[in-house]
Amino acid sequence: MSIYSDSLAAAFGLLATADSDLMEILYLSINVSLLSLVLSCAIGLPIGAILAIRQFHGRDTLVGIFNALMGLPPVVVGLLVYLHLSRSGPFGWLGLLYTPQAMVIAQMILITPIIIALSCQVLEDMHEGYKDFFDSLVVPKRTALVAYIIDARYSLMTVILAGFGRAVSEVGAVIIVGGNIDHLTRVMTTAIALETSKGELELALALGFVLLSISLAVNFLAQWLKASAKRRAYV
Amino acid sequence: MSDKTTPALNCLLPITVDNLSLAMNDRVLIDRITCQIKGNGITVIMGPNGAGKSLFLRCLHGLVEPDSGQVYFAGEPPSPAIRQRQSMVFQAPTILRRTVLANLLFVARQRGMSNSQTSIDCLAQLRLDHLAQHPARLLSGGEKQRLALARALIIKPAVLFLDEPTSNLDPTSVDTIERNLQLVRQQGTKIILVTHDLGQAKRLAGDVLFLNHGKLSEHSPATSFFKNPESKAAKDYLAGKLVF
Amino acid sequence: MQIKRNMTVTKFIIFVVLNTAFLTGNAFADNTILVQSTTSTKNSGLYDHILPLVKQDTGVTVNIVAVGTGAAIKNAMNCDGDVLLVHSRKREDQFVASGYSKKRYDVMYNDFIIVGPNDDPAGIAKMNDAVAALKKIAATKSKFASRGDDSGTHGKERSLWKRTGVNQDASSGSWYLETGSSMGATLNTAVGTEAYTLSDRSSWEVHANKSDFKIMVQGDKRLFNPYGVMLIDPVRCPSVNSNGGKAFIDWLISEKGQKAIARFKVAGKQMFYPNAQ
Repeated sequence: MSIYSDSLAAAFGLLATADSDLMEILYLSINVSLLSLVLSCAIGLPIGAILAIRQFHGRDTLVGIFNALMGLPPVVVGLLVYLHLSRSGPFGWLGLLYTPQAMVIAQMILITPIIIALSCQVLEDMHEGYKDFFDSLVVPKRTALVAYIIDARYSLMTVILAGFGRAVSEVGAVIIVGGNIDHLTRVMTTAIALETSKGELELALALGFVLLSISLAVNFLAQWLKASAKRRAYV
Repeated sequence: MSDKTTPALNCLLPITVDNLSLAMNDRVLIDRITCQIKGNGITVIMGPNGAGKSLFLRCLHGLVEPDSGQVYFAGEPPSPAIRQRQSMVFQAPTILRRTVLANLLFVARQRGMSNSQTSIDCLAQLRLDHLAQHPARLLSGGEKQRLALARALIIKPAVLFLDEPTSNLDPTSVDTIERNLQLVRQQGTKIILVTHDLGQAKRLAGDVLFLNHGKLSEHSPATSFFKNPESKAAKDYLAGKLVF
Repeated sequence: MQIKRNMTVTKFIIFVVLNTAFLTGNAFADNTILVQSTTSTKNSGLYDHILPLVKQDTGVTVNIVAVGTGAAIKNAMNCDGDVLLVHSRKREDQFVASGYSKKRYDVMYNDFIIVGPNDDPAGIAKMNDAVAALKKIAATKSKFASRGDDSGTHGKERSLWKRTGVNQDASSGSWYLETGSSMGATLNTAVGTEAYTLSDRSSWEVHANKSDFKIMVQGDKRLFNPYGVMLIDPVRCPSVNSNGGKAFIDWLISEKGQKAIARFKVAGKQMFYPNAQ
């Protein structure tokens, strides 16, 4: 299949020559996604932890809602963020539309539910396993939570990587709120969409390969962490 | 572990169980149990499967709240403060995803103890010292259960609950565990043990609580229980006729 | 309670802004404007050609959001931008009439064309009557890919269908395919399904995925494609950078700007014809 070999060659060519446009786009992609990941974790991990270890009225409903929100269509998120950040929207005065910040906000809305739902699942499993032992030992909730996090650190790392994967590969939301502006809000996915719409299918696929290699690198990292955890019997 | 017996160790005795009942999903699992556990011998709880032994043990330790009735330790109702002076070894121990020593230190730190020498001594006592830096989850079944016992003993509990701690273990581990139980009994820890192993019960028991269908069938000194049980259920059980 | 919550939200957003400050640099400084534009002008490469000149002559940095004309006008009506540059005369006049802009300026024009597969199942090659060509496409039930996205091109296409008297919407999904996508995506669809489609000339010329497609119909007066530019009214939208916007528009319609537009070529062919008055 020559389309693959041609596109792969183009991808390597772009990377090998450190094509300045590509580097700029790549830098922004990773920057935006990392920032939204950090903020999503700051919000999502504590919420996930609370849902995992506290029983309160409506807790199961909340967990169900966050599970459902994992499948939020990016376009819908993009539209909602657009309507809020538009000059005619409630947060228009912030002037955030068509900025990387707007893309960060959209990605946060997309991945925070993933962080919450998956970390809640991981910590809930830890809680189930450790509950009797910790109850017997009269371990304070806070100490217990710290122990869950330490002991589940590799699983939580996988959760965080899953969030990053979603953020960096998403296009529907960031193209609406970022506007795909050259040198300002163009990221890998919106560049791919643009090249596709210009009929530059080979270049689009080459960019796709570059994006795929980021995803692959992230996933290999996750795999490696898991494997090393297994070797050391932390799983 | 030192030879010194902590003088205040037995201040949780006697353990008084007053009309304890518990039902789940309309099934009565513990049915009006009343008894008093005292003395420094090992109290063994026996009975066929589904008799409510494990649940009864959890009620005593305060992990499960009974529907009615009450447990008293030296006249006091259960509280976290009392539970902090007890330990429990479960049939399937929860092993933290850390090294053997870190498992022990985690427990010690919960009681404000951070002397790692004590922990290493405690590991040696259970023949685990050579595995101190080993990932605890890679231990064999017997090693895991010995680690669980080491964790239970490091805090020098006044009462030690054990729920079938040696089922399916290798004979050496069983022997190590039993010898340690005898040792801490002598040092003043009250031991309450659920077991299916008749031999083990005969080797360790000072007195026996026999449960059947959630009811306390009999509570006798070990010597008379094994020779001449009072209840028909216990007779059948000892004769091997009542397993399920 | 309400105030408190708003405070938290505001604080949170300020936090985000502070943390992302490094991402933007001089994004929306005084000498930067945002243009809501059509994909056709953007994808042709015209902006890559003229924006460095704009920057050089006026000091204004121009950021382009390229969407369909319909979406561009809606975004402009939400005050999300400083300048509007589109190609749908009727709606541009409406935009001005509704008070969103003081004045529309002619900038340039080119033309629409109908492209199709070399086989030409409808037999319309070399026709110069666009309406007659569409009639033949409908009569032979040959596939036709429509933008279907409320863009300027889509508006032009619908006005042409209206003149044919054919109810093409009734055949939507059979031979009339509405992609709801940009010009490029629609050309991809047309090439993939061997369908005819209406495109502006510049989008077609720069489109790389042409397969065996050829221009079938051109030269009809009704295929005229004028572009207009408007400053979004700063009274209506206080966020508008009117100095920067005016400077950009003045440059576009100046002799220098008009010459620059005329000089822009793709594969040796001129793409846009300046027509500022």
